[in-house]
Amino acid sequence: MKWRAVAINTFRETIRDKILYNLLIFALLLIGGSILLATLSIGEQAKIIMDFGLASINLFGILIAIFLGVGLVSKEIEKRTLYTVLSKPIGRTEFLLGKYAGLLLTLLVNTSVMLAGLYLTLMLNQFRWGLPVLDVEARLVEAVFMTYLQLSLITAVALLFSTFTTTTLAAIFTLSTYVIGHISADLLAMADKLPTKSTAILVKAIYYILPNLSNFDIKGLVVHKVPIEPTYFFLTTSYALLYITLLIATAAFIFKRRDF
Amino acid sequence: MGVININQLTKAYLLGLGQTKIVALEGLDLEVKEGEVFGFLGPNGAGKTTTIKVLVGLMRPTSGTAQLFGEEGSNAKVRSKIGFLAESPYFYEYLTALEFLAFYGQLFDLSKNDIKQRSSALLKQVGLESSENVQLRKFSKGMLQRIGIAQALINDPELVILDEPMSGLDPIGRKEMRELMRALKSQGKTIFFSSHIIHDVEVICDRVGILVHGKLLAIGRIDEIVEEKETLEDAFMRIVQRGVPK
Repeated sequence: MKWRAVAINTFRETIRDKILYNLLIFALLLIGGSILLATLSIGEQAKIIMDFGLASINLFGILIAIFLGVGLVSKEIEKRTLYTVLSKPIGRTEFLLGKYAGLLLTLLVNTSVMLAGLYLTLMLNQFRWGLPVLDVEARLVEAVFMTYLQLSLITAVALLFSTFTTTTLAAIFTLSTYVIGHISADLLAMADKLPTKSTAILVKAIYYILPNLSNFDIKGLVVHKVPIEPTYFFLTTSYALLYITLLIATAAFIFKRRDF
Repeated sequence: MGVININQLTKAYLLGLGQTKIVALEGLDLEVKEGEVFGFLGPNGAGKTTTIKVLVGLMRPTSGTAQLFGEEGSNAKVRSKIGFLAESPYFYEYLTALEFLAFYGQLFDLSKNDIKQRSSALLKQVGLESSENVQLRKFSKGMLQRIGIAQALINDPELVILDEPMSGLDPIGRKEMRELMRALKSQGKTIFFSSHIIHDVEVICDRVGILVHGKLLAIGRIDEIVEEKETLEDAFMRIVQRGVPK
């Protein structure tokens, strides 16, 4: 269970990082501030707060996952802290798993705090308009669960890049993966309209290799109370788990062969 | 069979865009016996750190073998018998001294009780007992070197490998380090350390090896290496100059 020691150490490292608090405080301010924005619309206040809040949770979750994720291994290499850890009786794959689990734990705590902030804002809004305080949308948990799955996947992408490149390059690559992952449906549509066959094949290859992150975006459906089949959750979770397993296996393959 | 057995160890790197081949170690043969204090000497860039990195599993040899207790250093299990302090080490600065030692203790699967007892004894041994709850970011270089030694001993290792343990220490710190190494030797531990500081090697080592440009040019007891009326420093200079290609 040495991975657990690494995970707890990583969790401790991230929660003592000032970046995390700055992002978290900013996110909570934005979520709380949405109550002011909601006053601009009549009758739709709760929807505006939910829209704004879920988008904030997603945005700040991604920023935390990328900023902290890319440093998981590359920072250990750059700061040479890795030398001491890897000279101990711990396998490299176990070390990687520990680092990954530690950041997932940090993300879980952060996402939960942001979700709690969102619920608190919604309750305050209810109270303000003399509505039942506890009558808030329970399905926000579904949307945040999907966001968390997406964060776990992006962290695995960051971990993979972190094993073979610098912190800055890993951040650029991970951010690019995130952006392309959200427009991958457009990539497929574009591939059919491309004049040359080779370019179309290349674009299709990118579509199939990179994760389709729009699968995880159910914010609009939840806010507008559109029902979602349980199968959708099952398939999307399986997709995320499979993708994460492949990413971590590739990261471990590279990491095990590296000289330090 | 020695505690450390290095046979025909070669390590080459490909550097830069032109993929220039750099040979850091070439056909190195070395054996360190149980209970010995072995000093690994050599100028900068001789390949001392590379040898140590291969030994502890941080690097893979290009050819040859580097074994600890009969196993390759890449085997995680064998590393439970060793303690290692890297050159100019960097540690997790957000941890306190106690948290730091507890983390490494967990990597050896030590029980909570063992970690507590070992940590408090080691902090006392390295003179940091009053700083046990201080984060490492507030430590001076000398204190970091001392906590580094403490982490290397958390598992009560049979073999201690130290890469330039005296570097950055003031004369008092160097003296304390020498005393600590003597104490470890008296406990029957094998010590393998690299150093630039010849005086330190002279006073504590049973045997020394002199590495120049990746080749071991001399190995043996100090009296076997020095010639008549020569100090170890003279012998070192003579051997190094002989090994530098014209």
